[in-house]
Amino acid sequence: MTTNTHTLSGSILRWLGVIALPFFLMLLFLWAGGWLTPYRLTQVAMLDALQKGSGMHPGFRRNHAKGVCITGWFEGNGNASSLSMATVLQKGRVPVVGRFALAGGLPYQADAPEKVRSMALRLMPSDRQEWRMGINDIPVFPVGTPQEFHDLQLASRPDLTTGKPDPARMQVFRTSHPWLQTARAQIGRRPVSSGFADDTYRSLDSFLFVAEDGTKTAVRWAMVPVQPVMPEIGHANDHDYLFHKVIEDIHTHPLQWRLMVTLAGSGDAIDNPSKGWPQDDRQINAGTLTLTGIGSEENGPCTGITFDPLVLPEGIMPSGDPILQARSAAYMRSFYLRSGERPTAPAVSPEMTVPSANARDKKS
Amino acid sequence: MKNVESFTLPSRILHWVMAVMILAMLLIGVFMASTVGSGYYRLVALHRSVGIAILVLAMLRLGNRLHTPPPPLPEDFPPVMKIGAHASHILLYVLMIVLPLVGWGMLSAGGYPIPLWGQSVLLPPILPHNPMLWAELRSVHTLLAFLLFGLVLAHIAAALFHGLIRRDGVLRSMVFRKSLDPISQESHGD
Ligand code: HEM
Ligand code: HEM
Ligand code: HEM
Repeated sequence: MTTNTHTLSGSILRWLGVIALPFFLMLLFLWAGGWLTPYRLTQVAMLDALQKGSGMHPGFRRNHAKGVCITGWFEGNGNASSLSMATVLQKGRVPVVGRFALAGGLPYQADAPEKVRSMALRLMPSDRQEWRMGINDIPVFPVGTPQEFHDLQLASRPDLTTGKPDPARMQVFRTSHPWLQTARAQIGRRPVSSGFADDTYRSLDSFLFVAEDGTKTAVRWAMVPVQPVMPEIGHANDHDYLFHKVIEDIHTHPLQWRLMVTLAGSGDAIDNPSKGWPQDDRQINAGTLTLTGIGSEENGPCTGITFDPLVLPEGIMPSGDPILQARSAAYMRSFYLRSGERPTAPAVSPEMTVPSANARDKKS
Repeated sequence: MKNVESFTLPSRILHWVMAVMILAMLLIGVFMASTVGSGYYRLVALHRSVGIAILVLAMLRLGNRLHTPPPPLPEDFPPVMKIGAHASHILLYVLMIVLPLVGWGMLSAGGYPIPLWGQSVLLPPILPHNPMLWAELRSVHTLLAFLLFGLVLAHIAAALFHGLIRRDGVLRSMVFRKSLDPISQESHGD
């Protein structure tokens, strides 16, 4: 009898021994993948929050969905080469593929002056040390952390009945995030230019330039238009006026921007894109971007890639800014999802990007 | 207790080094693919380099395995289980080689640069840039990784089944010291 219970409990113990390790690993795996912690902010939750605001539009970017492809080149002047060994910042010309877009996940939204505009660029030197960036025409980012971005998306999602953000929900977000008020005010009173061509686009996030000797310098940068900045004029009856205008502009003459690099002063917030840097920080003109071509996303070279801000050349590194990490993760997931979907025709069609008779006349 | 020959020392070293690497890769993989947190960039970088290291080691291991065949399974082992053991080992080898290749291939098809270590050394693309292919391979990478994880769990359970239930020396053939299997020293059972 005693030996019997002994072997019985012994064999139960042995079987427990067999399943204990696999069971433990299974738990670890589920925990690592976030399946046991529903409150943890995941890539899926981030994209869901974006989608709640704009609905599902298969094949389109989950943010900055309405856009157009651009091409040209970047010519470094070497002024920043002592701060960063990136080949793109040395003297010389590299080809560029990019994209102009409106912020937001709606691929067919109507253009409007106050909507955030963006420029995305892929600088491609021959040694494959690429530099990708997605930069916006606002002075600072409205939030400083991925969680705040997520919560802001949910708070500002349009109400089902009115189609507009629910003011009460926005108010709750504002009162619970008083530290974002300065950023909101700065964005609210920014000057608005007439279109994509005369707009200034900023990295907002900070990065580190790495010199040959390993010295790291925290920087932000902006693309500042060479074209004269024109005031905004109304275009109530053209749904796509911003895109029509930039297509016309590029077909008339090449558009140019200066890459202005700002070096962090002491006390500047490196890891928080919702905090601006003072005007008197040192700036370096590092080169000139020239755009000569424009084409629809439908068949253009900007659709099949993502402008992941952490695709960086040797000589540029991410700062500790937490938004950058969330962007890299979310852009990959958005790129993955949309690449597997069948897209509908984009708002800016291939026909729209053909030079008009008017533009051809001006050029010749 | 039957006397099962041990795996050769190189085989055992390869097995355990890779066991740790692969388990770590599976956990890092599901963690980074869900996170938007501050470890993302570094984890993906680590994932790429360790993944490529696994690819290289798996090919070495395959060579080693073809060169020095493993010790035979115990004779009284049921044939069905023998087939199962062999099939699962073949599948493990296939996945150890195919999974990193899919990872490398999908980033190639997605038009991503693929830094191997730091930012200076880039791997060449092994597939043409093709966004549809990128999306498909990205799904395949998840699918195969989950399959590998399931297989590894079953494999570990089977190894412990050998060691604790059958006590046939198979577990010992892969561990380093014979005394690591103290329960089988007890007198009851077989
Ligand atoms: C946690 C914060 C952010 C999240 C979750 C997020 C999310 C996204 C997503 C999912 C896309 C679509 C990517 C694709 O499918 O290729 C996108 C595009 C873009 N984002 Fe963000 N974003 C964030 C912050 C920012 C910031 C700080 C900036 C500007 C400095 C920015 C600028 C852009 C630009 C310019 C694009 C369009 C790129 C293109 O034209 O392809 N985003 N964003
Ligand atoms: C034995 C080797 C490997 C294992 C076990 C492995 C495992 C995994 C796992 C479990 C995931 C998460 C899948 C998901 O939850 O959707 C993943 C994602 C990923 N893996 Fe691997 N992988 C391996 C090799 C590689 C290699 C060699 C590369 C690239 C060179 C790579 C690149 C990636 C990327 C880019 C992701 C997606 C990250 C994201 O979605 O944010 N993997 N891998
Ligand atoms: C704690 C975890 C593990 C234990 C206890 C374990 C144990 C064993 C044992 C006892 C054998 C010998 C089986 C025989 O005689 O044929 C073996 C073989 C093998 N194991 Fe594991 N293993 C573990 C994890 C892993 C992992 C993570 C992998 C990765 C894929 C792996 C891959 C293999 C392969 C491919 C073989 C076949 C033998 C060879 O040709 O190398 N094992 N393992």
